[in-house]
Amino acid sequence: MKISQQEVENIAHLARLEIDDRSKASLCEQLSGILDYMDKLAHVDVTGVKPASGAAFMQNVLREDKIFPSPGPAVTLANAPQKDADYYLVPRVVK
Amino acid sequence: MELHTLTLAGARRLLDEKKISSRELTRALLDRIAAHDDTINSFLLKDGADAMARADAADRQIAAGNQTMFTGIPMALKDLLCTRGMRTTCGSKILDNFVPGYDATVVSKLKQAHGVILGKTNMDEFAMGSSTENSAYFPTKNPWHLDYVPGGSSGGSAAAVAAQFCCAALGTDTGGSIRQPASHCGVVGLKPTYGRVSRFGLVCYASSLDQIGPIARTVEDAALVLNLIAGHDPMDSTCVSREVPDFTAGLAAFEKHGLKGMTVGVPKEYLGMEGVDPDVLAVFETAIKVLTELGANIKEVSLPHAEYVVAAYYIIAPCEASSNLARFDGVKYGFRADQADDLIDMYKQTRSRGFGPEVQRRIIIGTYALSAGYYDAYYGKASQVRALIMEDFSRAFEDCDILLSPVAPTPAFRIGEKVDDPLTMYLTDIFTLSANMAGVPGISVPGGFSAKGLPIGIQMMAARFDELSLVRAGYGMEKSLGLHQQFPAL
Repeated sequence: MKISQQEVENIAHLARLEIDDRSKASLCEQLSGILDYMDKLAHVDVTGVKPASGAAFMQNVLREDKIFPSPGPAVTLANAPQKDADYYLVPRVVK
Repeated sequence: MELHTLTLAGARRLLDEKKISSRELTRALLDRIAAHDDTINSFLLKDGADAMARADAADRQIAAGNQTMFTGIPMALKDLLCTRGMRTTCGSKILDNFVPGYDATVVSKLKQAHGVILGKTNMDEFAMGSSTENSAYFPTKNPWHLDYVPGGSSGGSAAAVAAQFCCAALGTDTGGSIRQPASHCGVVGLKPTYGRVSRFGLVCYASSLDQIGPIARTVEDAALVLNLIAGHDPMDSTCVSREVPDFTAGLAAFEKHGLKGMTVGVPKEYLGMEGVDPDVLAVFETAIKVLTELGANIKEVSLPHAEYVVAAYYIIAPCEASSNLARFDGVKYGFRADQADDLIDMYKQTRSRGFGPEVQRRIIIGTYALSAGYYDAYYGKASQVRALIMEDFSRAFEDCDILLSPVAPTPAFRIGEKVDDPLTMYLTDIFTLSANMAGVPGISVPGGFSAKGLPIGIQMMAARFDELSLVRAGYGMEKSLGLHQQFPAL
């Protein structure tokens, strides 16, 4: 297996996902199959090739540091699952 | 007159001649959707009241002589595009209750033109999929054959156009998600050059690959939509500041010169590919004949890295997705799992319950490929292969105006047929992924039908910013084959 269940658990934790025990084995198998397929790329000679990000033909964009109006908290917090005045409420961050 | 049979261009003419009103046209389409969409399920959200209000506002503009191309034209929008005040789910439960506070730039352009929005269309969750079966809500059916998928991820938009529920639709394309469903549904789909259309308000899947584009009944209609949505936008730093031509000039170029002077490249790696359905090959051969008859010079070319594009894409896209989808954490918007012990627990429960299996799979692949110790071997390597693919295309376009290929190895498959093995599904993207990886534009036009009566499209790609060549050649193909007149009976 290209990727072990332990590795899947570690990666899931990094990605803030929780894989339930029923799915772990099949997910592990699927991911291993996919990663096995990626081994194809080992056959490509990439000596001296600069990685492309897709924005290869683009220039960075700058603008004047001018202030534009923002929508404001009423709009920005409209979708908040829980809020208190202008703050988002979340469960405790540090135990 | 059957108003639902009007193309966008045709509707514009009749609206301007005051032979029909936007109210009548919108009403006719809403009625058709009400009569048939329960079977097809192309829409996630329909807002008839809003649509009629916009239609009336459009009619007032037309009466005052202030209309532009899209005034009063009813459109369907993929639910990945933010629409102010109108629920936007991205096909996901994690955004089930999300109402954007702003419009995507392309949506603003449509609204400024007094266009009509019929609703938001179904899609694979966060644009991850090739069949629309990954929608958290329900699958969309192919209007040509209800047991079959419409393709994806813009399956809802493609089905809506094929079912004549709208004048045209907007889809998005990261690995083929406009072109492939357009092919499976027998309509036209165009992915613009990367940077041609603003991505502001498009919920990101893979930021270096995503583009918004038209799904329409004809090449002319697609060109008209592209005219509307293309152009520089200061809100999207990847949107280039480059003059937007009138893309319908491609039609005039065809009428005047046919395809004389154009060179069409046929990549030899695509010809030799395994697993391509004989019906698809037959349509491809027909396309070569048609292009030759229209005056094009056909040439064999090579894309030496064609066989590596699936592996490279399915590393790069999930990597970018793992980063882009980190924002869905239940803090500021969308679904939030209650009863969490602490913040991290809330993140995990929210995301695990809010995201579907394919999304979670791709996030995990992406996180793995970007993690310490694996970054160079996976993401680094894939990015180098991407550079080589870009070079392949630059070289090919030195000698050719157009590259020709099938859109998908097979026609649409049955709903449920490919859900068990993700890799099998990924491999079906073999012909469409390269255009996104190289940033070049691509169009799918109807090319024929399979023995079972399922549509099969033809793909053409052009050099960056040369959508005009796609319009010219696409229009020529369309005129010769006459398939743009054909729609499924519902």
